[in-house]
Amino acid sequence: MSVERRGMRPGGQGGMGWMGRGGMGMPVQKAKNFRGTLIRLLGYFKPHTFLLLAVLVAAVISTIFNIVGPKILGSATTVLFEGMALKSEGVPGAGVDFAYIGRTLLLLSGLYIVSAVFNYIQQYLMVGVAQKTVYTMRRQVEEKFERLPLKFYDSRTHGEILSRAVNDMDNISSTLQQSLTQLITSVVTIVGVIAIMLTISPLLTLVVFLTLPVSLLITTTIAKRSQNYFAGQQRALGELNGHVEEMYTGHKIVKAFGHESKSIAEFDELNEKLYNSGWRAQFVSGMIMPLMMFVGNLGFVAVSVIGGIMVTQRAITIGDVQAFIQYARQFSQPINQLANIANMIQLTMASAERVFELLDEQEEIPEAADAKVIEYPQGEVQFQHVTFSYKEDVPLIEDMNIDVTSGQTIAIVGPTGAGKTTLVNLLMRFYEINGGEILVDGVDITELKRGNLRKMFGMVLQDTWLFTGTIRENIAYGREDATKEDIVRAAKAAQADHFIRTLPESYETVLNQETTNLSQGQKQLLTIARAFLADPAILILDEATSSVDTRTEVLIQKAMGELMKGRTSFVIAHRLSTIRDADLILVMNHGSIVEKGTHKELLAKGGFYADLYNSQFTGRTLMEEAV
Amino acid sequence: MIKLFRFLIRYLQPSRMPVELVFVLVFLNSLANLYLPYLMANIVDTGIVKGDTTYILRVGGLMVLVTIVGTICAIVASFFSARVAIGFGRLTRGKLFKHVENFSLHEFDSVGTASLITRTTNDTTQVQQVVIIILQMMISAPLMFIGGIILAISQDATLAWVLVGTIPILFIAIVAIMSKAIPLFQAMQAKIDKVNLVLDEGLTGVRVIRAFDRIDHEEKRFDEANLDLTNTAIKVNQIIATMMPIMMLVLNLSTVVIFWFGSIRVNNGEMQIGNLMAFLQYAMQILFAVLMLSMMFVMLPRAAASAGRIDQVLGIAPEINDPATAKQADTQRGYVEFQNVTFSYQGAEEPALCNISFQASPGEVTAIIGGTGAGKSTLVSLIPRFYDVDEGRVLVDGVDVREMTQEQLRAKIGFMPQKAVLFSGTVAENIRYGNEEASEEEVKHAADIAQATEFISEMRDGFDSVIAQGGTNISGGQKQRLSIARALVRKPEIYVFDDTFSALDYATDAKLRTALRRETTDATVLIVAQRVGTVMDADRIIVLDEGRIAGIGTHRELMETSLVYREIVSSQLSLEEIA
Repeated sequence: MSVERRGMRPGGQGGMGWMGRGGMGMPVQKAKNFRGTLIRLLGYFKPHTFLLLAVLVAAVISTIFNIVGPKILGSATTVLFEGMALKSEGVPGAGVDFAYIGRTLLLLSGLYIVSAVFNYIQQYLMVGVAQKTVYTMRRQVEEKFERLPLKFYDSRTHGEILSRAVNDMDNISSTLQQSLTQLITSVVTIVGVIAIMLTISPLLTLVVFLTLPVSLLITTTIAKRSQNYFAGQQRALGELNGHVEEMYTGHKIVKAFGHESKSIAEFDELNEKLYNSGWRAQFVSGMIMPLMMFVGNLGFVAVSVIGGIMVTQRAITIGDVQAFIQYARQFSQPINQLANIANMIQLTMASAERVFELLDEQEEIPEAADAKVIEYPQGEVQFQHVTFSYKEDVPLIEDMNIDVTSGQTIAIVGPTGAGKTTLVNLLMRFYEINGGEILVDGVDITELKRGNLRKMFGMVLQDTWLFTGTIRENIAYGREDATKEDIVRAAKAAQADHFIRTLPESYETVLNQETTNLSQGQKQLLTIARAFLADPAILILDEATSSVDTRTEVLIQKAMGELMKGRTSFVIAHRLSTIRDADLILVMNHGSIVEKGTHKELLAKGGFYADLYNSQFTGRTLMEEAV
Repeated sequence: MIKLFRFLIRYLQPSRMPVELVFVLVFLNSLANLYLPYLMANIVDTGIVKGDTTYILRVGGLMVLVTIVGTICAIVASFFSARVAIGFGRLTRGKLFKHVENFSLHEFDSVGTASLITRTTNDTTQVQQVVIIILQMMISAPLMFIGGIILAISQDATLAWVLVGTIPILFIAIVAIMSKAIPLFQAMQAKIDKVNLVLDEGLTGVRVIRAFDRIDHEEKRFDEANLDLTNTAIKVNQIIATMMPIMMLVLNLSTVVIFWFGSIRVNNGEMQIGNLMAFLQYAMQILFAVLMLSMMFVMLPRAAASAGRIDQVLGIAPEINDPATAKQADTQRGYVEFQNVTFSYQGAEEPALCNISFQASPGEVTAIIGGTGAGKSTLVSLIPRFYDVDEGRVLVDGVDVREMTQEQLRAKIGFMPQKAVLFSGTVAENIRYGNEEASEEEVKHAADIAQATEFISEMRDGFDSVIAQGGTNISGGQKQRLSIARALVRKPEIYVFDDTFSALDYATDAKLRTALRRETTDATVLIVAQRVGTVMDADRIIVLDEGRIAGIGTHRELMETSLVYREIVSSQLSLEEIA
């Protein structure tokens, strides 16, 4: 007798795969272009064609050797039965043919061993193929990320991008690992079992076949109902998780306003809702198993009874009935499994499609083969007739000309949302301009290596970015070969040394995504230290000090002044103090540059800048008080 | 593992009855399933051997009946187990949430917001899942095992010795494989997290990575993580790949052995063929139960980890509790006093606040100014007792904040944090969060003073406009103004502005403060600020420097006495000297 291949899915990425994924009767997402996606996914197997063929052969051998088992064992049973029958009838010399039984059992043992070996080979080979394929795909996604233009990242949420790179990849991985070989063995089992059953008894085969529509009917009816409940459960879970997230994020406010009990009451209500749809979903889908068992048992009874009667009429041997009982049981297993795999494959194709969509996104313009490198940048920047827009029909910058000589300070000002980051995007070639050219040290930036161009710039962004690692590593991100002394010096220059030393592990304090003990200002100080250490030719300060209080800002400004000496600096800031000494002020509004000139020139002009400047200082008594 | 069971037992206690019922029903179902091969043996040994068709039909009918009863039991069991398991999830989730809601900021920060969210949502679901599996399979597996053994022995006791040999082999094989695989599984999970982390950081930091030209470095970092994960995944799955073949081989070979010895016994007349056939089926059921049981143990470590994480949170006792007998603080209104207060965050080398003393009375504005990390926000967090002081006392209305109830204390305070947090709901609901009984006029008035009316009226549904979760559909400055309106509608004795104005532009800041001054004449106001312009009209300015008071007094006094204050002022004056 052989064991059913149960739906064990121990591999996969999520660990105990089958706990997390699917579940009976859950709604399934479908791919838009199933065929195309399938063909493309299969393309990934090309380098492993030979191995896959080996997997296929091994799976077929293993399955066939396994399913002939009951039939062979059945013949031994028949010999035993008949020998006993003759013996009880008192036929002289009659007895059980133990030589035959022994030979049969030996053969059977051999078959089972071969089957097990091939089963192992098949799974072993598949592990390599599946994991290497996923490795390749994951790498492609990562490499794709490096080549995608900033436009891509700015127009999508991180969650959206990550979900493709993580969740979808997960689905593909577990399916490749398990569903594929299950698909092969299920199909072979079904075909093989039907063939053997037909050779044993067409009538009994028909009986078993009759149970099929019944079980199909049961599964589809229940699945339909349970899908509703599962959807309800999913909704309730979403609401509950949303509430938890909101209350935890706003914990301080909940406490400050004494709303704990109200928050709990709302939680209880949502929790109750989740319970109500949750247990129904669980119950309904939990009925599938017993009902399938029931149908299976009915088949078992029918085969036992009809087979038994047939034996009494000598239409069939008892061993065949025994074998048949086992086949009947094995039969429903792969069919259920196929239904499951079909769902899995649907899900996987939808996932694969999303990953492929990502891989097909338009990339940055590739670098020229003979891209130039400026070894010792001077920091001269020119905009010549630059035209740019994010959307085709909304022009932002038209025919812009700027001439910045080495060491000058350019201030970029304007109200919130004026699109001041646009200039950064263009200077660093995060976005491509539509017309004209931008020159650095007289070289068109499109002719430069991107890496070389960007390394000339030192940038402190408004949204600080720190990665998981120690504070030391984060500061050293700007320069790989920095010594501990360099790092401390940079931190001191950025006024970060003091607070770093108050942390438990000082410079070795590990920052992780849950770092809540650093304030926004402190994180910003770290990124400033990083910029100090990088020692670039051109500085871009993107509202660099907006979260740092004024006193610290003074100190930073002093250090920054030192740093800015001999360097070209583009300063984006709300604070007028940081730009008052600028050699040139670019005034931006609604994304385009509306005015440019020095502070005095612009005030004299009485235009947008003058208005902006005056509006920010009305109603202030500071002047009279302080002077 | 034992911990997990203790955990489960604790939270399954309330649903003891249904759990017991599930046990009984599953037992009956198992019995029914075990009875079928026994009946089949009768068909063979009595019906077929004697050629008695009616007997065969009668037994067949009985078999149908048995299977119907078994199925009904299974379905009823499924009903109760669904309710028990999902109810279990409801209970743990609720308990955890209520517990966390009582946390002070200290405990809250020690676990972390993100982690607390995962524990309340994911981990509870994870444990609930295990309860489902336990109720559906883990109960039936041992029953099938024991029942199978009893019935196998009843068919033929001698032959049962084969099982005595097989079961340990199976069990040891599974345990050996699993004990190798489980640590790898755990390692793999960590490596998956690592890959995701690198990806996530690559997305958030895309500009910085490109600006520093560290693409190659990031790619290398990712490839290392990716390769590491792949290698572990291959190792795990190769180990797992041995599982099924070994399992099947053991089961299949044991049938061969049973058949061999069985047929000898049949030949000797010690047993009938039907018995042998039934025995083979029982053997399969027993071994299958062993298989299921061992698979259970694979799942448990993960759930045990989740249960441990939940337990850990439940084990944290809220540090800040209401006193057994609370003092009433109703003799005075709006007095705040710090007496030699020293406070440090957990694990910090240096205290965040050191020896702070000052007094604030109604009608007064006390401003706190100082550098980043000077302890400004920490200082005002002590007033609503978000943290407890290490030394000294914080008095509100003459009573130590530790001696009154948190509810009573916080009802006196209108707190506006640095980072405005709004909740999903309408604008009006968000303002009313400060005072649920506020009338429509009061809400509108609060919005007026907070300079929020203009943008609210520009929203599509005015005060009924819906704010998305996290307030993502309005700007930072707008959030901040709603947060101010929320505190204003409370009409508290004490206003705490924790750097509330910095998200506003100068013009709005000035207008708002003018309007506020009229509103808060009788209240005590504490303002944490960065701009000198915001604080200079204050009755008292406290200058903090690295956790200590570097100066205290009015603007004029401080200009003369405090070097730190002068530095701050001069830094901001430079803005003006050209105008």
